[in-house]
Amino acid sequence: MKILVCISHVPDTTSKINFTEGDTKFDTNGVQYVINPNDEFGLTRAMWFKEKQGASVDVVNVGGAETEPTLRKALAIGADSAIRVNTEAKDGFAVAKELAKVVTDGGYDLVIAGRESIDYNGGMVPGMLASLTGANFVTNCINLEVDGTNANATREIDGGKETVITTLPLVIGGQKGLVEESDLRIPNMRGIMMARKKPLNVVEPVGANAETLASSFEKPAPKGAVKLVDADNIDELINLLHNEAKVI
Amino acid sequence: MSVLVYTESENGKLKKAALECVSYAKAIADEMGTSVTAVAVNTENTDALGNFGASKVLNVKNGALKTFNAKKFAGVIEQAAKQEDAKVVVLSSSADSKYLAPLLAVSLEAGYVSNVVEKPSSLAPFTVKRTAFTNKAFANTEISTDVKLIGLSNNSFGLVESGGSASVEEFSASVIDSGVTVESVDKAVGKVTIADADVVVSGGRGLKGPENWGLVEDLAEVLGAATACSKPVSDLGWRSHGEHVGQTGKPVATNLYIAIGISGAIQHLAGISASKVKVVINTDPEAPFFKAADYGVVGDAFEVVPVLTEKLRAFKAQNA
Repeated sequence: MKILVCISHVPDTTSKINFTEGDTKFDTNGVQYVINPNDEFGLTRAMWFKEKQGASVDVVNVGGAETEPTLRKALAIGADSAIRVNTEAKDGFAVAKELAKVVTDGGYDLVIAGRESIDYNGGMVPGMLASLTGANFVTNCINLEVDGTNANATREIDGGKETVITTLPLVIGGQKGLVEESDLRIPNMRGIMMARKKPLNVVEPVGANAETLASSFEKPAPKGAVKLVDADNIDELINLLHNEAKVI
Repeated sequence: MSVLVYTESENGKLKKAALECVSYAKAIADEMGTSVTAVAVNTENTDALGNFGASKVLNVKNGALKTFNAKKFAGVIEQAAKQEDAKVVVLSSSADSKYLAPLLAVSLEAGYVSNVVEKPSSLAPFTVKRTAFTNKAFANTEISTDVKLIGLSNNSFGLVESGGSASVEEFSASVIDSGVTVESVDKAVGKVTIADADVVVSGGRGLKGPENWGLVEDLAEVLGAATACSKPVSDLGWRSHGEHVGQTGKPVATNLYIAIGISGAIQHLAGISASKVKVVINTDPEAPFFKAADYGVVGDAFEVVPVLTEKLRAFKAQNA
């Protein structure tokens, strides 16, 4: 089984979010980048398929050279090789189109992406990629088993979960549950050394057009101070929620 | 030309998010000088749709669409959009709608923007405001395609009655093959979900163990609320992953969010920041959650929460 794991290069979850150039660009100053957490759960599940079922695992990112350390980290975790599509990730659709070319050229059976990236939260690349390549698609995936060309997947739904059967080729939008937080792997020294020797192939883009453009950014209005209510005066809390906030 | 909205139902009943999406679609249609068509699948009673702004309802009755399937449902909406020459298509942010949206975007060649929180600030260029960086910011986003697909954030626009009525037509869409078959659904019956709830009561590690979750559940029951938890609680296995709210869990956009024994890590606060009113109960006055909350009680949850639950029960009985 040939697996491709899509890796988004995103600001660490603790990052302070600021903008520059008249609020038109994300301010990368002082920001640490990581593998998108939803992708990392998928990558870890892919490692399981590699170790238990002999799958090959490649990772891919659409982005500039600055994303290569994130791809190297994925290699250090255990991926066999990496591909970087050398273009800016303009929007979800453009990224999906670039990835579709990589998937078709590489003949991948299973593509695992995160259900959404934690920067733009679009939640669209896995589904668009499935549509563009004619693959089956399951998102919010919290469990995945593959046997030959048959797959059994569990999807988180509002208020519960749903188990589905499907076949390869398949695109997964993964999240926590695909593996547990405690299953995530921190690259060891050997992994890091080996990652330096693994192939990181830079491919040129097909030049897909974006359909959307984030033209400017805003931060939420600053919040007023919290109103503290004495623990012995819960009546006052109920009064505030009823008469002031009007939520009960 | 029209604005098309997919109005979801659950067990044949329209969801609140469906009515919010219609209200939103009506606001766009008014600006564009056109009308709203709703497409409903196996919905028993579509009367409410007219009241919230739909002029026409395409009612799909088809046994092959009894259970949700992203590809099949996207196919139905695509056919409706083409028949109605829809220039804008509106979906909710439910798990199902977010599942089908990217498939629909490709088949309609529509630029898709998810997590939209306001009606368009401009029609040319078509510009909507959406959340980004997990609610830590907003992005004003232009859509350049002829057809626009919008995923509306739950509870962002609200319900707006326009007092109209809609004509209802049977719509016999063809159902396409899907390579994904549902085997089983595991869903609590009669329980409010985090996505649909007006109130969410959430517990953190401060509750010391899963055996103490009765506190959270009792309060939730009185408020008709959904229950949720922080990341450490789900990582420890005290509660299921489905309850984990925050950056890597579920986003919460309720009217009222009550956090019990949750310190308020930045990832948690990001995930719940779209909620309108936040209440924190925590022993530690230095907990970061107090900076993000509207109302706070510094106190021991094991003492404060039962009192709050009883007083709310009395309040609800009085104001029922």
